[in-house]
Amino acid sequence: MRNRLFSFTLLVGLLVVSSALSAHHGSASFATTEITLKGKVTEWLWANPHCFLKIDAVDETGAARNWNLEMGNPTDMTQRGFGRRTFKPGDEVTVTLQPVQSGQPVGRIRSVILPNGQKL
Amino acid sequence: MVRRLVIAAAVVAAASAALYARPQGPPPGTPSIPLAQAKWEPWNNPGLATLPQNVEPDGPAPRRDLTGLWDSGRGGIGARGARGTPAPLTAWGEEVSKTHKSGDGIRQVDVTEINDPLSTLGDPSGFPRNLLFELRQVQFLTTPHSVVALHMWEKRWRMIWTDGRQLPADPDPRWYAYSVGRWADDFTFVVNSNGTDERTWLDNAGNPHSDQLRVEEQWRRVSKNKLEVSVTIDDPKTYTRPWVALDKLPLVQIPMNVDLMEMLNAASEVQAVANQFKGEK
Repeated sequence: MRNRLFSFTLLVGLLVVSSALSAHHGSASFATTEITLKGKVTEWLWANPHCFLKIDAVDETGAARNWNLEMGNPTDMTQRGFGRRTFKPGDEVTVTLQPVQSGQPVGRIRSVILPNGQKL
Repeated sequence: MVRRLVIAAAVVAAASAALYARPQGPPPGTPSIPLAQAKWEPWNNPGLATLPQNVEPDGPAPRRDLTGLWDSGRGGIGARGARGTPAPLTAWGEEVSKTHKSGDGIRQVDVTEINDPLSTLGDPSGFPRNLLFELRQVQFLTTPHSVVALHMWEKRWRMIWTDGRQLPADPDPRWYAYSVGRWADDFTFVVNSNGTDERTWLDNAGNPHSDQLRVEEQWRRVSKNKLEVSVTIDDPKTYTRPWVALDKLPLVQIPMNVDLMEMLNAASEVQAVANQFKGEK
């Protein structure tokens, strides 16, 4: 009985934690794992309340897909070294990201290596 | 068994608190540096990424003076709603809250269902959501009749009248309310407000308010370089009792000649971002 109660308490706790992880502007549920993609920039949206980077990249499906990658707002991204002119279409970048769990080419950027080798 | 439950609850609480705190904290890996070592660009500064380790050279708080440019080091970003535990909703408040479909916090819904007027329409955040959601840098200017608050977020200003006038008895609603201020003591400036437009949400979690909303801010000048702010919500139509939505949030003074970047939810950008999120589906 004790162990069951203990397990139940932990389970409730884990559900709370999971909920917290997924709670972000109603966006898709991100995996906890990270993947790294190398690709070409197709669009860089520098906007409030969120920035987005789109890249064409061959991923684990073996196909070239256009990935839509969410970032923070311009103010917070500036604190991390990004700017309105950080990317332009055609730039080759290496991106480490958390993909969504649905398998769609959508994710949240963790870090980027720019064409000049700088890592943000 | 009780001991195990307490330990389990503590673990869960700690983990949850850490996760909930994450979006309100500095970017991962951001070092905390002394205020004097902060580097400022000539233009477009985003402000402090985290509160500094120390604010030396500090000094005693001046009497009855908030003048300065203040920065919470991202501590004022209440992405998931007010930090305090809201008082229980009244039946009326409960009904209104069910119509608020937020992108964050306890009322989070799928991105296609969000109806937050700030993030879907580009409406002003309004008062006091500008304090409870995005309290970024704020500059106070003092005039003979008022204290003027210049907010980086949304590039808004607020007039806090100090000339002895009373709040309007039957205010015509405004996005940023009506505010009067007074010094409770030499270091505590108390601001009372009413008349917030009911179209606004109280915070990022979609907590509601009514036309009976009254807000009290307490800005306490701790020292020359330190300030604290607390916000209390009093809305008897929506909440069963007053509750503290922000409790002693610390801010530090940064140089007055720091040029801050713009941070606006322009309607066109809001629409562009919404389209990106919908494309995620």
